[in-house]
Amino acid sequence: MTDLLSGFPSLQAFLFLAAMLFCIGVWGLINSRNAVRVLMSIELMLNAVNINLMSFSSYVDGDLIRGQVFTVFVITVAAAEAAVGLAILLSLYRNRVTVDMEQFNLLRW
Amino acid sequence: MTIATTTELICFLVLSAVVVLGALGVVLLSNIVYSAFLLGGVFTAVAGLYLLLNASFVAAAQILVYVGAINVLILFAIMLVNKKEDLKAIANLGVRRAVSGGVCLGLFALLVRVVVTTPWNLPGPPAVGEEATARIGEHLFTDYLLPFELASVLLLMAMIGAIVLARRDVLAKDVVTGETADQALIEKARTPLLLERRSS
Repeated sequence: MTDLLSGFPSLQAFLFLAAMLFCIGVWGLINSRNAVRVLMSIELMLNAVNINLMSFSSYVDGDLIRGQVFTVFVITVAAAEAAVGLAILLSLYRNRVTVDMEQFNLLRW
Repeated sequence: MTIATTTELICFLVLSAVVVLGALGVVLLSNIVYSAFLLGGVFTAVAGLYLLLNASFVAAAQILVYVGAINVLILFAIMLVNKKEDLKAIANLGVRRAVSGGVCLGLFALLVRVVVTTPWNLPGPPAVGEEATARIGEHLFTDYLLPFELASVLLLMAMIGAIVLARRDVLAKDVVTGETADQALIEKARTPLLLERRSS
C-alpha cells in the first residue's frame, strides 16, 4: 500500500481528475436549459483540458514545459470565448426575452 | 512515506474533492447564482492544483483570468439576464438526462481505460520547478512567437466583437427636436424581433 502510494499524486491521478471534470462538463453542456450554465460548463471542460496539459508538462515534459505555454494560450482563448459568448447571449436575450436553450430553435430545420 | 509526500497527497485529495464536488454543484444546482460562485471555487481549486504541479505563473494567471475576469463576467451576465421565468416542461426530461449521463459515463470509462493502458514515458526529465516562469517567457518569445502574436490579435477581435454584439441600438437624433441626441439616455424602442415566432 505504501509502495503504491509513494508517488501518489501521480500523472494518472491528475488525468483521472481531469477526465471526471470533463465528463461533468459534457453532461452539463447537454442538459443545461439556462444558457449561462452552458457557458459555465464550457469553462469546466476547458479547465479539465488545462489540468491535462499541466500534468503532462510536469511529469513527462519537465524540462521544456511546453504544456504550461499551451495552458497560457488556452486561458487566453477561454477569456475571448467567454467575452464573445456572453455578448451573443445578451443579444439573444434582447431578441427573445428568454435564456431557455429549448427556445433557441431558429436554425432548426 | 515522507512528510512532504503526505502533505502533497492530502492537498491533492482535498483539492480534487473541491473540484469534483464544485463542478457537480455548478451543473446540478437549480439556483444559477450559487452555480456561479461554486464555479469560482472550482477555478481557485484548479489554481491550487497548478501550484501542486510547480507552476506558480500559470496558477497566478488562472486566478487572475478565470476567477478575476471570466467568473465576474459570468456574474454580470447572470445579473443582466436573470429573470425569473418558468421553463416550459419538456417531455422525457428524465430519460434524456439518464441517457446523456450514460453517454458521459461511457466517455469517462473510455478516458480511464486510455489512462490506465497507455505506457506513459515516466519518469520524464527532471522538472524545472521555480525556473518555469522564465522558461515560459523564453518559449513565448522564441518558438511560440507567432501564436503569441496571434493571441493578441484574437483578443482584439474578441473585444471588438463583444462590443459590437452587446451594443444596443441608439437613436442618433432626437425624434422631436431633430438635435443630436445624448446617446447614453435615448434608446430606440425595440420590439423583440423573433417573439412572434415563439408561438408557432
